[in-house]
Amino acid sequence: MNYLQILQLAAPETALAITVLMVLAVDLIALRGESIARRFGTGAMVSILGCLMAAMLAFTHFERGNLLNGMLVVDPQTDFLKVVLLALTVFTVLISTSGKFTEHVGEYLALVLLATIGLMFLISAEDLLMIFISLELASLSLYILTAFNKRNARSSEAALKYFLFGGMSAAFLLFGFSLLYGLSGSTNLPQIAASLAGRGLDPLLLVAIVTTVIGFGFKVAAVPFHLWAPDAYEGAPTPSAAFIASGSKVASFYILAKIMTLGFAGAEGSAVWQGYVSGWTPVIAVVAALSMVLGNLTAIVQSSAKRLLAYSAIAHAGYMLLGVLANTPSSHSALLFYVITYALTVLGAFGVVTVVEAATGGDAMANFAGLGRRAPGLSLCLLVFLLSLAGIPPLAGFIGKFLLFSAVVGTDAEHLGLLWLVILAIVMSAVSFYYYLQVLKQAYVLDAAANAPAIKVPPATMLALVLLAALVILLGCAPGLLLRFL
Amino acid sequence: MLAWTIYISFIGVLVLMLLPREAARAARIIALLTAIAGCVVAFAGAVQQPDPGKVATIVKVPWIPAIGANYFLAADGISLVLVVLTGLAAIAGILFSWNIEKRTKEFFAFYLALIGAVYGVFLSFDVLLLFVFYELTIIPKYFLIARWGSTRKEYGAMKLALFSFVGSHLVLIGLIAAWVVARAQTGHASLDLLELSKVSFPLGFQHWVFPLVFVGFGILAGLWPFHTWAPTGHVAAPTAGSMLLAGVVMKLGAYGCLRVAMILFPEGARMWQNEIAALAVIGIVYGAGVALVQRDFKFVIGYSSVSHMGFVLLGLATLNTIGLSGAVLQMFSHGIIAGLLFAVVGRMVYDRTHTRDFNDLQTMQLGRLLPFAGVTFVLAGVASMGLPGFSGFVAELQVLMGAWKVFPMATLLAGVGIVVGVAYTLRALQKAFYSDSAAADKSGHDHPLEPISMPERIGAVMLITASLVIGLFPGLLLNWIQPCLNSPLFERLLKGGLQ
Repeated sequence: MNYLQILQLAAPETALAITVLMVLAVDLIALRGESIARRFGTGAMVSILGCLMAAMLAFTHFERGNLLNGMLVVDPQTDFLKVVLLALTVFTVLISTSGKFTEHVGEYLALVLLATIGLMFLISAEDLLMIFISLELASLSLYILTAFNKRNARSSEAALKYFLFGGMSAAFLLFGFSLLYGLSGSTNLPQIAASLAGRGLDPLLLVAIVTTVIGFGFKVAAVPFHLWAPDAYEGAPTPSAAFIASGSKVASFYILAKIMTLGFAGAEGSAVWQGYVSGWTPVIAVVAALSMVLGNLTAIVQSSAKRLLAYSAIAHAGYMLLGVLANTPSSHSALLFYVITYALTVLGAFGVVTVVEAATGGDAMANFAGLGRRAPGLSLCLLVFLLSLAGIPPLAGFIGKFLLFSAVVGTDAEHLGLLWLVILAIVMSAVSFYYYLQVLKQAYVLDAAANAPAIKVPPATMLALVLLAALVILLGCAPGLLLRFL
Repeated sequence: MLAWTIYISFIGVLVLMLLPREAARAARIIALLTAIAGCVVAFAGAVQQPDPGKVATIVKVPWIPAIGANYFLAADGISLVLVVLTGLAAIAGILFSWNIEKRTKEFFAFYLALIGAVYGVFLSFDVLLLFVFYELTIIPKYFLIARWGSTRKEYGAMKLALFSFVGSHLVLIGLIAAWVVARAQTGHASLDLLELSKVSFPLGFQHWVFPLVFVGFGILAGLWPFHTWAPTGHVAAPTAGSMLLAGVVMKLGAYGCLRVAMILFPEGARMWQNEIAALAVIGIVYGAGVALVQRDFKFVIGYSSVSHMGFVLLGLATLNTIGLSGAVLQMFSHGIIAGLLFAVVGRMVYDRTHTRDFNDLQTMQLGRLLPFAGVTFVLAGVASMGLPGFSGFVAELQVLMGAWKVFPMATLLAGVGIVVGVAYTLRALQKAFYSDSAAADKSGHDHPLEPISMPERIGAVMLITASLVIGLFPGLLLNWIQPCLNSPLFERLLKGGLQ
């Protein structure tokens, strides 16, 4: 191993780190006196170019590598996921260019990119320490991004809440990790599994499992560790919330599945109906069931679109946890399909909210009234995103649900033991249709106030939204395009 | 060729979306041309099909190989009957909504999207694809009612959307379970209806999964006690909306019951045969009874739909050839007749008088003011009662003959439903059109009503003709239906029942 090799394997991350510096420098040196829109435009251009560069580097990686015993693992799947993350970052940047929430343009974009670097390292990590460090790199950037609207007290409050909960969850994670290290003498996931194998489920291991699930439960906003999410989503500048809901979800779920399936291999237990065996799957099953039920039921009564999306995110985290606990190759790829399409969809939904918020001054349901007339293109995009979240075919959300649920039931084809969780999920997703339809009702059925002007959508945002909507439709009609990478 | 029914409809949607907002007239004409083209293709494709007993593949390409889903469109005789029905109902619905002035192009865009999805359901032989088209109907239905409806339209629309969605999710649970069990049994993943129909699912599995899927589809077919969306939905919907709801959307449910639930789980169907028949008969009698005491003209028709769809479900429950063929024929017949009844109530009467309350209508002497509407309603009414010569008679007779062999008691009760049907139809006819009460002379309607327009006349004549032709020559459709029922696809379902 030499430094050149490290640089080769971490080329996408390196390229992105250089971009961060360039964005800061360009903003600081060349654009001091310019208008915010101009600075955002130029900064976004540089960031997007950097992302594209990094994506190209990730795509052209042909070697597999495992550096320093799991510190940096590179294989085609991690490369592909990094490309997905970079794409999500590009869309986030495009959506934020229309924002008027900050004067610190360079810093904002740099932090988005830094968070992305953290998430990219997270995807490549198979070592507890590296997982923790990259998770913190991403989380710290996200805390600041949440607080970025300095003129709004809600934004600071949201960030503080997010930060305190996040710090707590980091403590839980570290505690769990330290127990794991103590039990196994290693920080490398496969080695941990190897040394835990055949030991049976000792109480310390159970504590490690529970604290790890708690730590990640915070990250993915699963019930009962979800309390920060609605406030953070509501208070944060909308593009930041979009990134928390999309990019960070993809990486968190990937790494959660990795820790559980690699690190706790052999301690699965069983969550099948009337066949309970203690282990990590029942723990996840409980969290998943609670998230699905509470997330969906609470979303019904929300009047703010961002809070609604937050509770729907909690519900979706519940569905995705099913993919984690099923723990088969097909459920793994279904989980990735689901989380990627979900990230694209929710990013789009937040993008629409950003525009509506800028034009009408709020994200309450009533602000969407008559959107179908005021901005036909925008509301068509909203229709696609929300219906996909609700799981209406032929959109990506439906295919994702079908793949995920059939993979989960398929794990125990003999007794259909996990069917109870899937039934719960499907019933709850039927409930979710109601609240998505409430938003669409505002947009298409109710009329705006008589003198409401047409809404102008900034071209960069519109481009991002149209691309996202097209992707959601395309991946629904031809899921094979994505599935072959997973 | 038949696949073009779907594509044409969606192309129509796209064209309409690109039209400028003001072009209401162009939107109507484009919608009508699209519907006519779809109907012509449906007829031509149906006539061309050499052997309706066989499932003729139209297109079959892999879609999601990982789970064995194909883009598989095909048609057998039963599909043909319903595709032709959809074609006719689509044209009629557009003729009867010629007067939509509010957001015309959006209305017809949603309308054609609904039609396209309905064609898709009837032509899909891949279970997932069928499900996709089935759910695709929900969104246009919701917006058609919520935006262009009347009388508590948002409530009615939401109720219909939620009932449909819950129903389809019951189906989804069943499908996923069936997919997993079939894969475990045969070793490869498949969602092909023809392949799945050859899998013999364990009896215990069929015992719980059949009612799940049957009820899931049955909700949309107006299965009692899950029918409550139907009256409110029909009443809230705009005329074309209720025509399509009663005319084709309820058939989607019944078709799903037959094509998916009963074909995949034939033994399950046998286990639950009695319960389904009981619910069907309750639906027939209850629907008719409630229709008898309504004050709102449209509610009468709404509940009569529940009653008539009960015959379809009773026919399905017989599990014998004659009962099933009656059920399919009744789907066609009710689609035509209910469409016509809703057209009279919604378009000819309500759009002109702005009331559907019998107490108000009684004072208007509509029989004199709108003679064409009166005559149309008389014809539609007698067709609905089941007078020989109209399609309803042949269909209900077959259902009752089939049912008599299996459940004599239920058949008698269903007969009571028919008698009540005569009563509520005559009551509605008398109250709405031919009331000679003294009140009529007193309050008299001063300003004349807008005369019945040409599109309405054409639509009414078309539907009455269709009902008459099938009533006089039922063989036209039975030649498509019966070979189908004797095909291997239905063998397992029918072999246990009486022939």
